[in-house]
Amino acid sequence: MTIVKTKLDRRSFIRSSVLAGGGMLLGFSWLASSCSTNTPKELSMPDEWFEINGFLKIGENGLVTIMSPNPEIGQNVKTSMPMIVAEELDVDWKNVIVEQAPLNTDIFTRQLAGGSQSIRQSWPALRMAGATAREMLRQAAAQKWNVPIEEVSTGAGVLVHRNSNKKIGYGEVASAAAGLPVPEEVELKEINDFSIIGTSRKNVDGFKIVTGQPLFGLDYKKEGMLIAMVAHPPAFGMKLKSFDATDAKAMPGIKDVFVVKTYNDDYELQWSDTTSFNELVAVVGNTTWEVMTAKLMLNVEWEPISDSNRMNVPSGLESTADHIKKMTEAGAKTGSEVRRDGDPEVAFKNAAKIVEQIYTAPFQAHNTMEPMNFFADVKEDEAVLAGPIQTPEFMEKTLAARLGLPLEKIDVQMTRMGGGFGRRLYGHFMVEAAVISQKVKAPVKLVYSREDDMTYGVYRPAYHALYRAALDADNNLIGFHVRMGGIPSSPLHANRFPAGAVDNYLAESWSIDTNISTGAFRAPGSNFNAVAEQSFLDEVAEAAGKDPIQFRLDLLKSAQENPVGERNDYDAARYAGVLEQVREKSGWESGASDKNRGVAAYFCHNSYVANVVDIEMKDGRPVIQKVYASTDCGIVVNPDAAVNMIEGSIVDGIGHAMYSGLTFNEGQPEQENFDSYRLIRHAESPKEIEVHFVKNEIDPTGLGEPPYPPVMGALANALYKATGERYYHQPFVKNTFEA
Amino acid sequence: MAVFNLNINGKQQQVDVDPSTPMLWVLRDHLNLVGTKFGCGVAQCGACTILLDGMAVRSCITFVDSVGDKKITTIEGLSENGDHPLQQAWLEHDVPQCGYCQAGQIMNAAGLLIANPHPSDEDIETAMHGNLCRCGTYTRIKAAIKTASSS
Repeated sequence: MTIVKTKLDRRSFIRSSVLAGGGMLLGFSWLASSCSTNTPKELSMPDEWFEINGFLKIGENGLVTIMSPNPEIGQNVKTSMPMIVAEELDVDWKNVIVEQAPLNTDIFTRQLAGGSQSIRQSWPALRMAGATAREMLRQAAAQKWNVPIEEVSTGAGVLVHRNSNKKIGYGEVASAAAGLPVPEEVELKEINDFSIIGTSRKNVDGFKIVTGQPLFGLDYKKEGMLIAMVAHPPAFGMKLKSFDATDAKAMPGIKDVFVVKTYNDDYELQWSDTTSFNELVAVVGNTTWEVMTAKLMLNVEWEPISDSNRMNVPSGLESTADHIKKMTEAGAKTGSEVRRDGDPEVAFKNAAKIVEQIYTAPFQAHNTMEPMNFFADVKEDEAVLAGPIQTPEFMEKTLAARLGLPLEKIDVQMTRMGGGFGRRLYGHFMVEAAVISQKVKAPVKLVYSREDDMTYGVYRPAYHALYRAALDADNNLIGFHVRMGGIPSSPLHANRFPAGAVDNYLAESWSIDTNISTGAFRAPGSNFNAVAEQSFLDEVAEAAGKDPIQFRLDLLKSAQENPVGERNDYDAARYAGVLEQVREKSGWESGASDKNRGVAAYFCHNSYVANVVDIEMKDGRPVIQKVYASTDCGIVVNPDAAVNMIEGSIVDGIGHAMYSGLTFNEGQPEQENFDSYRLIRHAESPKEIEVHFVKNEIDPTGLGEPPYPPVMGALANALYKATGERYYHQPFVKNTFEA
Repeated sequence: MAVFNLNINGKQQQVDVDPSTPMLWVLRDHLNLVGTKFGCGVAQCGACTILLDGMAVRSCITFVDSVGDKKITTIEGLSENGDHPLQQAWLEHDVPQCGYCQAGQIMNAAGLLIANPHPSDEDIETAMHGNLCRCGTYTRIKAAIKTASSS
């Protein structure tokens, strides 16, 4: 038995009238989801709910509502986070209803979807919420039966008095339990006793999704709501000069056309406020189609910026050709040194063989399937916002500053998101919606078209890497040098493998400013590092005449037994663990496969993933026959959903490495919809994906991002086997397969 | 503006809209059927797929004045109780991640199964080519279609 003090988390148990009573703008049916996918109508609602703590309430009939605190972007936290609460509460999952929590920092911490941290960082709080409630229910039953609490046990929502075998449902003592003081300490379950965690549970929103019920921000409606769209400059590095709204205003259904200033000039941007276009032209009307049509009638003049405190640098109107030239120049110069071990210069001087390669990757748009949108209803003394946002807590602060309202007068509701991938960390669209609503004095839903969404992105930066390896006469890796940079940021993680495994190591970094807005994109930095580094290691292993898996394992063994430096941020044994598992599961050593195979492994967001990719060439094109994945993310909360996440990451990783990139001409994105921006499609995804987990009892770590980067490296290495050519520059299709 | 009488999910519905309005927005804004999703507006992603007399079409480029008396089926009307074999298979395989594209995937698959009740893997890949899934659930979608086609 593990006993934990609840004191540290008492903040989580502040009773909240907001949750118990009103405040739920969207209503119960909109935000609540049944955990029972097959019989959603069988659950009868209780007459009364008793709130035990901010995470859960119990009805008199035993039905339990568990709040899912974090934003749901498809990573399935709306199912897996409540599973953790339900586990410690010891309740039957089919009697659980899940409700999306609103933003409430009095009760919940870190209501953010990002960094693959939802489960990892909330694991203790979620367990404690369930365990504390269970303890209070036991206490209530003990008092009712007049027996010591030690004699009261629980099982699937039922309290049992061991000596007399008396039984009572949670619902029958919920009222009494809700009035008890929060215990000072509680027991947590042993991992071996888990009956919900580690078992596959269906997506709680599954039924609503497959029947088309309203769930997403774009589905949001309110009486009297108007639709708004915005026109932004066509190019990064341009701003509004003037506009004539006459024609647009004359269109049917149009209420108003005006300029929207997203941030005030004296406002200091937070990290989630990134924007390149601070002045937009808003068109507001009755219906989406009317507004879309009227927007085409806008006569707007844009001009290049000369100086503005909302632009990064006056670097003009940028083109991809300039970017490539600038990156090539920067990559050829010494960068700023981030890490040095031993004497890399001497190692390279003494090397018998040097391998050196350059890797690049383009800007990429997130392209969530649900375009940016947000609902806002801003009144003089309060504001209600509802929609898809990964950073509600940060954006509430931005809104408070912009609207001149105190935080407590701003109500932020989180809808299910049609994808995030980092794009919805940056909520300028939320501010735009609020400012428009404030101006027209009406509830407004701001809608981006696909073109708006793709050409006003907060893109994955463009990256460039130089890798060098020094081998001695016995093909030992004696020196390693990485120089990485990007526009506008370097993706370098200097303390990751193979740092720690090589005596002489040098990591350098550089960056180039830009007017193009960029930000986090699924597995930031890692989404490039993995492909560059893992392709390079493959080439080094080949130059050393070693098997690519054994080559990595030897380095990891060295890092484990004799780590170089003290800042290595990975666990070499766990790293080796996923490589060993994927070697075994893919039958790597037996040579049984007649496919062209590539391997890669990577560590990021606290988890380890290794892949083997099998490719067959058909009619001169690569067909991905099978992908193996081995993952160590600690305890797997919801296994089948975790498999789904890994399968999706593999498809996503292959897609972005093969096909996706955004190019610019004079500051203007050259792709603006899916006819020109290539995303992976059905026939291009792997024919089969086989997913394995390294089983252990380590507290769960990230899963939304870690399976995304390594598959790109394994793909590049398999393509080399299939075609005899190395793939250094993304997207790979440009290399040979395009014509 | 003009009045259109539409047959949607077995019911006659009347809307008064501009004739150039795409069915996508007629459904979403005028009839409150928001299961049909907006993804690209140019028939490149399939999120807005509906059935027109049993054929899968992209509602974002299907203008209201082109529909006539053809029968429109949306995700809300695919089955009465959400138990169409495809919907059941989707739940069985727990296909969705973010879920946004899935109504369009299901409707496109419904069109496929009407035309070809027992599609091969290749048939599925070809028929589903126009439906993007940004989360990458393609392998599960294919498995679910196969399950539904064998039920």
